Amino acid sequence: MDDLRHIPGTPVFQGEEARRGYALNKMCFSFNEAANRKAFLADEEGYMDRHHLTEPQRAAIRSRNVLQLIAAGGNVYYLAKFAGIFGLNVQDIGAQQTGMTIDEFKAFLAAQGA
Amino acid sequence: MARIIGGLTTSHVPSIGGAIARGEQQTPYWKPLFDAFTPVHAWLEEMKPDVAVVIYNDHGLNFFLDKMPTFAVGAAASYDNADEGWGIPVLPSFDGDPDLSWHMIDRLVADEFDITMCQELLVDHAFTLPIKLMYPNAGPTWPLRTIPVTINSVQHPLPSAARCWKLGQAIGRAIESYPKDLKVVVLGTGGLSHQLDGTRAGFINKDFDLLCMEKIVSDPVALTKYTNRQIIELAGSQGVELMTWIAMRGALQGKVRAVASTYHAPISNTGGAVMLLANEPVASLAAE
Repeated sequence: MDDLRHIPGTPVFQGEEARRGYALNKMCFSFNEAANRKAFLADEEGYMDRHHLTEPQRAAIRSRNVLQLIAAGGNVYYLAKFAGIFGLNVQDIGAQQTGMTIDEFKAFLAAQGA
Repeated sequence: MARIIGGLTTSHVPSIGGAIARGEQQTPYWKPLFDAFTPVHAWLEEMKPDVAVVIYNDHGLNFFLDKMPTFAVGAAASYDNADEGWGIPVLPSFDGDPDLSWHMIDRLVADEFDITMCQELLVDHAFTLPIKLMYPNAGPTWPLRTIPVTINSVQHPLPSAARCWKLGQAIGRAIESYPKDLKVVVLGTGGLSHQLDGTRAGFINKDFDLLCMEKIVSDPVALTKYTNRQIIELAGSQGVELMTWIAMRGALQGKVRAVASTYHAPISNTGGAVMLLANEPVASLAAE
């Protein structure tokens, strides 16, 4: 069986993460629906209460920090729906995780395609 | 009998949907991707496939972590697209082909692929955008019927490349044992290299992508030798979508040649690739 741990800079979403992140990911899955996105924005704390988020998950949601959300068990496919609430795309979250500006991140992408 | 006339692979980056909605197909950023479909359009116009079997990965529109099938096959009369949460337009529904779906399901399970059967399935951008790219002017209905086949890419453990190759072979046998005269195109959507999460986000590996595009035509078995760890290292954590390509290629058991092949990076965060493979009967080889 593959050992998927310790690939530099690369979180791999396995059973441990799926268990730890269940409530967070379930909340983010709900953001497929516009009414739920609106309900979250109207009352973030109440929405997190209803989804039984853990304290580290609540802190990560409040921080809007992707690496912190992943550490709390978030899966990037579901987290993308959370990011979408704020109009953030995969380049925005890539820049945030790598500590680059958006322009630096885009230049980094372009350089690899050259 | 049903016949697989070809395979199509394409990246399915969500922002393609945004570019279409904004009419940016001919802007410098997007032109290389959209122009890659010009020969695909000509081939589709000539070949007129009846059905597309679309092998893709769901990104959290239909499946959640409560129940996550490794492989799933649609068996519905129609498939709806829906809001995915980050603002690309919802496309019109896609007709299914339930008779062929159930034939495939029966054959796959008999062939020891214990797939999940879905009479309701929301199809996400990985299914919808490739069809929109194939038929940019279609609407409100699409010119062919569809059968979705999903491969889990969300929750590890994921199936191996070797297993996806065998799934593709079983799909190929299932389709070509169907008694109706249908022309079928098999899609594998996703990839190539990209990574959305972690401090390695933005990773693209052009050399590996080009190697995959070469091997998918001439030596696909070489791609089945990689472990999932190796694929993640070489192609990024979402580069595992290569599995959809490998499964597609497994279904093509005739004489395979590339009709069209384009690589352009980056498309969004991704090594963008489009390939059209013709699958010609081996019998015609003997006649040559």
